Amino acid sequence: MKTVFLSKIQYVKTILTEQQIALIVKRLAQQILENHLELKDTVIIGLQPRGVFVSDRLVKELRSLLTSNHVQYGKLDITFYRDDVRKELHVANKTDIPFSIENKNVILIDDVLYTGRTTRAALDALLDFGRPAKVELCVLIDRRFSREFPIQSDYTGKSIDTFISQKVKVYWKERDGREVVELI
Amino acid sequence: MKLSTKNLLGIKDLTPEDIQLILSTASQFKDVLQRPVKKVPSLRDVTIVNLFYENSTRTRISFELAEKRLSADTVNFTVSGSSAAKGETLLDTVNNILSMKVDMVVMRHSASGAPHFLAKHIPAAIVNAGDGINEHPTQALLDAFSMTEKFGSLKGLKVAIIGDIMHSRVALSNIYLLTKMGADITVAGPPTLIPKYIAEALNVKVEYNVKKALQWCDVANVLRIQLERQNQPLFSSLREYNQAYGISRQLLESLGKDIVIMHPGPINRGVELDSDVADGPFSIILNQVENGVAVRMAVLYLLANREN
Repeated sequence: MKTVFLSKIQYVKTILTEQQIALIVKRLAQQILENHLELKDTVIIGLQPRGVFVSDRLVKELRSLLTSNHVQYGKLDITFYRDDVRKELHVANKTDIPFSIENKNVILIDDVLYTGRTTRAALDALLDFGRPAKVELCVLIDRRFSREFPIQSDYTGKSIDTFISQKVKVYWKERDGREVVELI
Repeated sequence: MKLSTKNLLGIKDLTPEDIQLILSTASQFKDVLQRPVKKVPSLRDVTIVNLFYENSTRTRISFELAEKRLSADTVNFTVSGSSAAKGETLLDTVNNILSMKVDMVVMRHSASGAPHFLAKHIPAAIVNAGDGINEHPTQALLDAFSMTEKFGSLKGLKVAIIGDIMHSRVALSNIYLLTKMGADITVAGPPTLIPKYIAEALNVKVEYNVKKALQWCDVANVLRIQLERQNQPLFSSLREYNQAYGISRQLLESLGKDIVIMHPGPINRGVELDSDVADGPFSIILNQVENGVAVRMAVLYLLANREN
């Protein structure tokens, strides 16, 4: 793998290239379909703001794989459910779930699974919309061994081992002009 | 992103970015209020006291609902039935309440500047819910929110503020806010109820003929005649006020264009607004009340973050 020398102390390591991201999205879509044939009673929900970049790609892939073209896709913002309101203020994004999740299988999509706090908040937020039959988690990057809650992903793009001092940066074409996952 | 201020004392202290942040957060909260569970756990660990030294229906219920929808703990204080009736000073009352670990104070007082005074002496975040004839910031924010919902943007919007400008804190807050956001303002009403030099001081147009003001505007924000704050007669009778400055269906229909009617409440029916206007198709008065909860949720949410 390519290592770029930036300054005396900071290294940037590429974890995933654009091509790899595209392949992973394809694989995740296949894995989801394997467990949820034809996505009957299954809905996809991307987490605002960054998980939506993953879920947009995933849903596009799922739509191309399915003959019926029937994918129920929503977006969930968890800002108001965070447990750190007093520490850090986040700007709220739009929540858009135009269907009922009652008794559905819900697949939550996010970019990076780290402490698990975002997922925890997402579960709280989700339950305010109804009682799903089952909730699963799908992430592009899983930072293993840094969890603060007993939360694991069901579909994982790539697992990586990191120090807490490191940062995982995900860049998306439509927002940053390039598509790459880097470890700083 | 956060607000540039630690308290919401008035619109005067806010930047246009603050206002934009509050309005955009409010629209997310408005979505929350349409859900089956109209509640979020954001302020789970925050305690808020509602200190009302003056009567209120809408503002008080609206704040209380906003607090409950954010999962905050709330305490209500009204002056009747409290030790303030025994002569305890404002600062003593508030310090006693704060020693019971309260994080935020929502306050209405008949003295202008009361919340500003408190803000100098206590660490809790203060939200002004109306102080005398000075400001009523959350009302102006919810008015702006309702106008944005209707028209998309405030920039270049023509707003007429009609009625008792002199005694209205809603008018002052609205003028500050609309000016900051680039709207055009005309104040209209009887000369005795419009402060002298307001045109120069606040950069608004003044019009003594209500019909002309209505013909000019896109939105008319009609204010209540505040008889309780007038200690001398400023117009001859309510009936005469209604004849000259009240808004009737007939007057609206004679304009030849559609305008939006707003009113901060409580309405003096048959004085500043006739019933068929207040309940008519031009009025968005009940939308304003609905939006009030979302806007107050946004303000409380944005002020709760104080640890940096």
